Amino acid sequence: MEGARLAAHDLACRRGDRVLFAGLSFALTPGEALQVSGANGTGKSSLLRILAGLLRPFAGAVESSGPIALLDGNLPLDEHLPLSEALAFWGRIDGTLSGRDAGLAAIDDVPVRFLSTGQRKRAAVLQSNPRRGGIWLLDEPLNGLDTQAARSLEARIADHCADGGIAVIASHQPFALPGLRTIALAEFAP
Amino acid sequence: MSLLAALLRRDLGLLFGGGRGGPWLPVLFFVAVAVLFPFAVGPDAPLLARTGGGVLWVAALLAAILPIDRLVAPDLEAGFFDQFALRGISEELVLAVRLLAHWLSFGPLLLVAALPGAALLGLSSGTTRLLLLGLVAGTPGLAAIGLTISALTATLRTGVALGGLLLIPLAVPILIFGAGALANPDGAGLALCAAISLALCAIAPFAAGSAVRAAREG
Repeated sequence: MEGARLAAHDLACRRGDRVLFAGLSFALTPGEALQVSGANGTGKSSLLRILAGLLRPFAGAVESSGPIALLDGNLPLDEHLPLSEALAFWGRIDGTLSGRDAGLAAIDDVPVRFLSTGQRKRAAVLQSNPRRGGIWLLDEPLNGLDTQAARSLEARIADHCADGGIAVIASHQPFALPGLRTIALAEFAP
Repeated sequence: MSLLAALLRRDLGLLFGGGRGGPWLPVLFFVAVAVLFPFAVGPDAPLLARTGGGVLWVAALLAAILPIDRLVAPDLEAGFFDQFALRGISEELVLAVRLLAHWLSFGPLLLVAALPGAALLGLSSGTTRLLLLGLVAGTPGLAAIGLTISALTATLRTGVALGGLLLIPLAVPILIFGAGALANPDGAGLALCAAISLALCAIAPFAAGSAVRAAREG
């Protein structure tokens, strides 16, 4: 199988009547990770949604091959169900959930609506379920995570890339990943 | 196939399991109308028998509106449709399954509730039969309109109230032929009601799917 690929050509994004960024280009090959940094409102989340194909770019094009997984601010789990059952739905959709989180295993039977902010984020990481060698888009993945959970997520992203996957991280926080490329979105503001 | 089963299982769990209100509200609403109507017009048995079928049709239509605020909006907000799209599962498929689950959550129960409803209003057995056949033909159409409206108004803050208002004119054809069949037992009204229902069921997943995609771009 050919490895994953993700390339942006001259992307521009408009929200309302404001152009957030323009002329953004990059190309990622298997194993590469890219961090998109920028202040609030510079279009990090919009960029990720464009890369995921959920939002049409104002100009430019995205070229991608390989399955795309997205971790954003939402938690697409049924709030009234116990965590394990809510995750099991996505397990049935995807065949299997590849990730494990020992910290969440202890609260398997707690309904999703009672989870804390950090626990919700960790559940969302499991739900996004990046495929081996696929593209993983992460929007502010460290929000709400404690130091230890943040380290283990970084390790998981590093593993994903080492396995031939591509990761794009939108975050204003520093990330410790080997060979991480960074793009400051502010430089592409018109 | 396992994908469809997983989707249907979740939808039925949501609509029946109390995750989003449960199926009893529309049915209780329907029965409540049948109970209240005789109090309002008085114990005039011939009048009740003549108008009762139409009243039950209106009650069924209004009962079908009740769940529409929960059909699409919560999933859109929680990012379910985004995740389905990333996995290559089309909105149309998800919404077709939801249409089936939505109908299952109120249609059969409404048919059962129509029996005590008809008894309370003193409908004849012939009228009751036509009412039940009409509801079998018409409720899938009501579910389809409900789903479409639900998707169209999912991102609006006043979606529920607006949804109810939008549904009523669209449901008029079903009401005309469904309730009209009570007076003309030659079956033509029922056939037309079923035809409209089927057409609406065919259109609804596509209309609702487009609405969900448009909401994502907004």
